[in-house]
Amino acid sequence: MTERLDGPQAAGGGDSAAGASSGPRDTPADPSPAPSGSSDSPGSSDSSDSSGSPDPETATADPVAAADEPPAGPAAAGYPTAAPPGAVAPAGAAEAPVRLGPSPRLAVLFLLPAVLLLAAWVIYPVIYSIWRSLFDATGDRFVGLGNYLSIFTDSATLTTIRNNIIWVVVAPIVVTALGLIFAVLTERIRWSTAFKLVLFMPMAVSLLAAGVIFRLVYEQDPDKGVANAIITTVHDTFSSSAGYPGARPRENDQAPAVVQGGAVVTRQQAQPGTPVLIPLVGLSQDVVKDAAPAKAAPAGGGDGLSGTVWLDVVRGGGGTLNQIDPQEKGLAGITVEAVSGGAVKATTETAADGTFRFSGLPAGSYVVRLPQDNFTAPFNGLTWLGPSLITPAIIGAYIWVWAGFAMVLIAAGLSAIPRDALEAARIDGATEWQVFRRITVPLLSPVLLVVFVTMIINVLKVFDLVFIIAPGSVQPNANVIALEMWRVSFGGGGNQGMGSALSIFLLVLVVPFMIFNIRRFRRDEG
Amino acid sequence: MTTLAEPRHAQPVARGLITRVTDRLGSGVVQVFMILVALFWLLPTLGLLIVSLRGETENNSSGWWTLFTKPAQITFENYSNLLASGFSSSFWNTVLITVPATLLVIGIAAMAGYAFAWIEFPGRDTVFLVVIALLVVPVQIALIPIAKLYGFLGIFGSILGVVLFHVAFGLPFAIFLLRNFFVGIPRELLEAARMDGAPEWRIFATVVFPLAKPAIASLGIFQFLWVWNDLLVALVFADTDNQPMTKALQSQMRQFGTNVDILAPGAFLSLIIPLVLFFAFQRYFVQGLLAGSVK
Repeated sequence: MTERLDGPQAAGGGDSAAGASSGPRDTPADPSPAPSGSSDSPGSSDSSDSSGSPDPETATADPVAAADEPPAGPAAAGYPTAAPPGAVAPAGAAEAPVRLGPSPRLAVLFLLPAVLLLAAWVIYPVIYSIWRSLFDATGDRFVGLGNYLSIFTDSATLTTIRNNIIWVVVAPIVVTALGLIFAVLTERIRWSTAFKLVLFMPMAVSLLAAGVIFRLVYEQDPDKGVANAIITTVHDTFSSSAGYPGARPRENDQAPAVVQGGAVVTRQQAQPGTPVLIPLVGLSQDVVKDAAPAKAAPAGGGDGLSGTVWLDVVRGGGGTLNQIDPQEKGLAGITVEAVSGGAVKATTETAADGTFRFSGLPAGSYVVRLPQDNFTAPFNGLTWLGPSLITPAIIGAYIWVWAGFAMVLIAAGLSAIPRDALEAARIDGATEWQVFRRITVPLLSPVLLVVFVTMIINVLKVFDLVFIIAPGSVQPNANVIALEMWRVSFGGGGNQGMGSALSIFLLVLVVPFMIFNIRRFRRDEG
Repeated sequence: MTTLAEPRHAQPVARGLITRVTDRLGSGVVQVFMILVALFWLLPTLGLLIVSLRGETENNSSGWWTLFTKPAQITFENYSNLLASGFSSSFWNTVLITVPATLLVIGIAAMAGYAFAWIEFPGRDTVFLVVIALLVVPVQIALIPIAKLYGFLGIFGSILGVVLFHVAFGLPFAIFLLRNFFVGIPRELLEAARMDGAPEWRIFATVVFPLAKPAIASLGIFQFLWVWNDLLVALVFADTDNQPMTKALQSQMRQFGTNVDILAPGAFLSLIIPLVLFFAFQRYFVQGLLAGSVK
């Protein structure tokens, strides 16, 4: 029993990368024997029914195996009764001509607490809410369907509906797809148990804690929020920005360079043999406090075009304008372009002392240009918690929470797929992709449907994550029906008529899935 | 279980060298990809833990990952401040809500599930279908009516009110799960006991209940996590004296930036017990999931 503590995992999960071939040994290859197998085991404890203690032992051992078997249910029969007991039921119920039953009156006694609670806490509220939703905020005035009408006309609630649609369209698909990918790939790694635990762990965490976690992840400042830290790191690897925002030439006629369309361009054509001087201002001394002193480029360095870009300001004043003074600092890492006839002919970058040099430039007349990139602020990541990205950001957190759930369910279904079929296809020369596409996915489709439907139901009710992650000012943009219901009736709105209408609306949205569940159950039992 | 593991490439299949090479490469790519995914999933929680262990000034000036280069930042000050500020009372409220709500659901649902599985009465199937229908009813529907009802009963804001709400909304799933398990118990076992003249409650208590331990464990862990982690019900029905951790923390969210030194350790404390339970009982958790993932 303890050896299987890691064992929600599919058959042989932890064992080897050869998991692919391990399944059939462990679980019956054919889904149908599974239930009967499981019924045998408590049945065998039947013979020793006088002793109380062995029974639980067998019983505990049995569902352990069941952890492997339920997939047989979802894969073959369909889910709610996926557990073996459900599958056994019809057989047991059918063959009962005579039974020593207790009186139906006893059933009343056994059912009473549950029925009372369900009637008072669940069924009565549904009826009350329908009635209440026909009245106004205070409950004094009958408004008919007015509340429902305003759900579909008020721009705030329309936003919540739009957001719910985004949620329902995106989240279940992504969660199911990721679950499928991870489930298939866990069969190819040796540490699949560890992997599953890691992905599954968020399910134990409260959505409030998950919300706090993702508020931290999504912090705007790349020095604090890990999402932006990663994004800016990746971004800066591929496109560098020297990051001298605000640097510019002096705005007077003596300045050798001017701003043209965001870039800094020299006024004169560069003269061969004369170093180009590009003095800039507008930077704080703090930015360059560690920079090397600016140097003049070696004059007349052969055929090349050279020059210096530096901060033409001396701390505390003084110095000569447009000349390199000893205390002045060079600007390193600035992109420099040699432009002729409007086209960039060569590009280089300034060295630590601010000097640059183009070598091998064909003869001609050039102006020197420092493109705009040099002066844009460094990329600071995305505003995750701003109005435009907030819903995708929260959906990201939702996926983090639920992908493990999908993976575990799908992995269980996967372990019930007869390996022979997969192997046969492989032997016939099918590629892994073909096996996946033509065999694995179709055989898994019942499980995938269950995961998908469960996610839709869940997504319709999403509340905590939106409530916690979206900052107060952005909440109207991120709002969803379940949250709006709370806001309207308890979070300061005080409009219980509207709140009731919203809750009934929510109920109506889940009704199709209610019917789905009932149908499925009847089919499995009947 | 241990006899499986035949290496896949041991099949007597003539495979080209190219296929083998791409397989090898492919599995390398898969390894790397899965490691990255796992890291990706661990990172956020790790961040929360580290943030909770750093002082306010450190958290305001640098990212939590700098801890790896400067481990000296670790401090338990946030935790001691948090506990000194009365957070522990909300911890106990969470316990006082969660434990009874879990036990009551198990007891009540076990009785109902037994009736549905093993006592024949008219309309049984229809009533059970109603239970299945109730599985997906959103809790939002009951917030306003039950708030009214509690006001009338005088238990609005109390722990009792929160517990009863959780019990009621936990019941459909619980009954569903247990009934399906009970139905699988071999008929002979019950018939034998009935033959011996054992009263029904004794059969329930001595035969069925012990056999159902695994199912009850699944249900227990589910219900426990559900109640422990709930925010919405507490938000509406628990007043400040009786609020669980989730609500206490939620009230600090408004000034997220300045309250990180309360929120991070609080969130971590709130998730540590569910996490421990989850790792200890994850087998049952998964079984429950497989048996009825509809809620």
